[in-house]
Amino acid sequence: MTTMHTLTPQTDLATDVDDVARLVNEDGERVADPELERWVADVDVTALQGLYRDMTLVRRIDTEGIALQRQGQLGLWAPCQGQEGVQVGTARAFRADDFAFPSYREIGVQHVRGAKPADFVIAWRGEEHSTYNPYDINTATPQIIIGAQSLHAVGYAMGIQRDGTDQVAAAYFGDGASSQGDVNEAMIFASSFRAPVVFVCTNNQWAISEPVTVQAKFPIAGRAPGFGIPSMRIDGNDVLASLAAMRWALDHARSGKGPAFIEAVTYRMGPHTTSDDPTRYRDKEEVERWKRRDPIARVEALLRSQNAFGDDFQADVAADADRLGAAVRAAALGAVSRQPIGVFDHVYEEPHTGLAEQREHFAAYLSGFEADAEVGR
Amino acid sequence: MTQLTMAKAINEGLRRAMVDDDKVLVMGEDIGKLGGVFRITDGLLDEFGAQRVVDTPLAEAGIMGTAVGLAFRGYRPVVEIQFDGFVYPAFDQIVCQVAKLHYRTRGNVKMPITIRIPWAGGVGAAEHHSESPEAYFVHTSGLRVVAVSNPQDAYVMLRQAIASDDPVVFFEPKRLYHSKGEVDLGADLADAPPMGLARIAREGSDVTLLTYGSQVAVAMDAATAAEDEGISIEVIDLRSISPVDYRTVTASVRKTGRVVVTHEAAREAGVGAELIASVTEKCFNYLEAAPVRITGHDIPYPPAKLEKHHLPDLDRILDGVDRVLDRPNSMSGVIEP
Repeated sequence: MTTMHTLTPQTDLATDVDDVARLVNEDGERVADPELERWVADVDVTALQGLYRDMTLVRRIDTEGIALQRQGQLGLWAPCQGQEGVQVGTARAFRADDFAFPSYREIGVQHVRGAKPADFVIAWRGEEHSTYNPYDINTATPQIIIGAQSLHAVGYAMGIQRDGTDQVAAAYFGDGASSQGDVNEAMIFASSFRAPVVFVCTNNQWAISEPVTVQAKFPIAGRAPGFGIPSMRIDGNDVLASLAAMRWALDHARSGKGPAFIEAVTYRMGPHTTSDDPTRYRDKEEVERWKRRDPIARVEALLRSQNAFGDDFQADVAADADRLGAAVRAAALGAVSRQPIGVFDHVYEEPHTGLAEQREHFAAYLSGFEADAEVGR
Repeated sequence: MTQLTMAKAINEGLRRAMVDDDKVLVMGEDIGKLGGVFRITDGLLDEFGAQRVVDTPLAEAGIMGTAVGLAFRGYRPVVEIQFDGFVYPAFDQIVCQVAKLHYRTRGNVKMPITIRIPWAGGVGAAEHHSESPEAYFVHTSGLRVVAVSNPQDAYVMLRQAIASDDPVVFFEPKRLYHSKGEVDLGADLADAPPMGLARIAREGSDVTLLTYGSQVAVAMDAATAAEDEGISIEVIDLRSISPVDYRTVTASVRKTGRVVVTHEAAREAGVGAELIASVTEKCFNYLEAAPVRITGHDIPYPPAKLEKHHLPDLDRILDGVDRVLDRPNSMSGVIEP
């Protein structure tokens, strides 16, 4: 794809989902891509099975999350079905000490980074704003404000530079976020300071009800070179291409060459969140077309063609998914809300007289109910 | 003790904080070779290098958002917002990220960011260069908000702000940058009054005059003028406007029974409104008169040639004092709704 000759940018390029780099096609066949394939030369059948397992587990977490929301156990859920390929593929490229800054939809990234079952549901249940300690899995608390985390990733990368290490920070955001000032400022800062950061734009075609054409009249990956940042536009439903592209991007950043940008063209199969009704703004045919590009089915076909998708493997993955699904469900159902006074926790790191007074008053108010209970009122 | 301008005191505060802790870095527009548009960061680039004195692209949200990332990584960024009216593009990052990340992550991620804002009017500046946005930040839980009024406080409180593990919005009155005062550069921070403590700038017995930052000098002049008329005004420099040191404030109000608040910012839902609401709740039975606010008008900041009509001056403050003392004043005979 040509991105430099922009005197006559073509609108249709923005929505072209075929003009992307890939290594596995919709039928599960390996295809050649000299740019990408050298980055995954080591990925053998066992590794491919691992990617399949990851994606299947992520889909199971997602399925469980939607079910729990429908059953009233979660307040909201942001489904990721269809995006398992880009999430798992890019996240598997990280080194453990790299640092990811995800959006709220990166369930697969959190899973690969080591999130525990409760980590997927406690925040959506409304018990906490976040669960894991970001430093335990080197992954920031998922961001709700669109695109804000892109700047955090760049700042973190600037810290890496000052510390003189070879870690990399990565920011995940969607096609809608590409319209935000923060994302554009993030690319300027990253480029100007040559920060070791990777931008992963998950173009899932829809920002709630707004199609990508409202955000972009030219491929989003085409913006990065304008900031002086090299980019790739890949098939986000191809886990192998996602792994390869992320390895390229991480290597670029890690070796001191500055930021890199990936646009992963994919599709959000479900609603934006469980509050959304996508039937109001997109047609069935479009969804059906994307079903045929399913990232999990594609790897299954590839594994079958290599005689690496036997009954035992399939049953083992299914059992693994069942265990994880059950654990996610148990974490949601077993959640225990903090004591009411806990709403005051962690607003400040150091004592704050104003809040201390409010906390004291609220504690006294709460204790009144305890006194009532004691005398049986 | 050394005679320093407030600008130099802040410069010294930054320099010493950077010497003490190599995780402290300063960032903002024009703060490197130029030394900042007010020269507050003068000389820091030469002393600490470009890794710690970061000339940024011209993008306030970018500056604030990358500061968040640096704090995530364990740094203590000191951000310079070039002028008060330029903080709004960074507002989302301040109120949604800087203020809330500690809470959102249950204390796992600290945001020890100091946001320096050259602030308020009285210097004949262009549009958007003289604003008083403090109430927006006071209203945001998770932030601390301070406003300095003299070189000594500027030096000490800046170092305290940088040392704090909480984010601090640090307002520096532009019109006081060149005012001089004694600064104890050798003072041990551990012995200094905490950042959240108010200062009784002048003792008095008839009226409590609450103010902060740019208005402290005006309030002091008003108190001196009132003395000629036999009125004793206690001036309290709040220093911290979130949290407010209500222990000091209420002790004064209970003594005087009368309260006037003055600030440059507009009146509606301003810091003065909060002060009076809280003082009324805490001291209602001690009040001899309804508290009075003397503030900027509820207008966009006016053109420089008219700003003197917007900024509370000595006479408007004394008029407010007359009102709480029920002396003849601008409201005499006016029936309020």
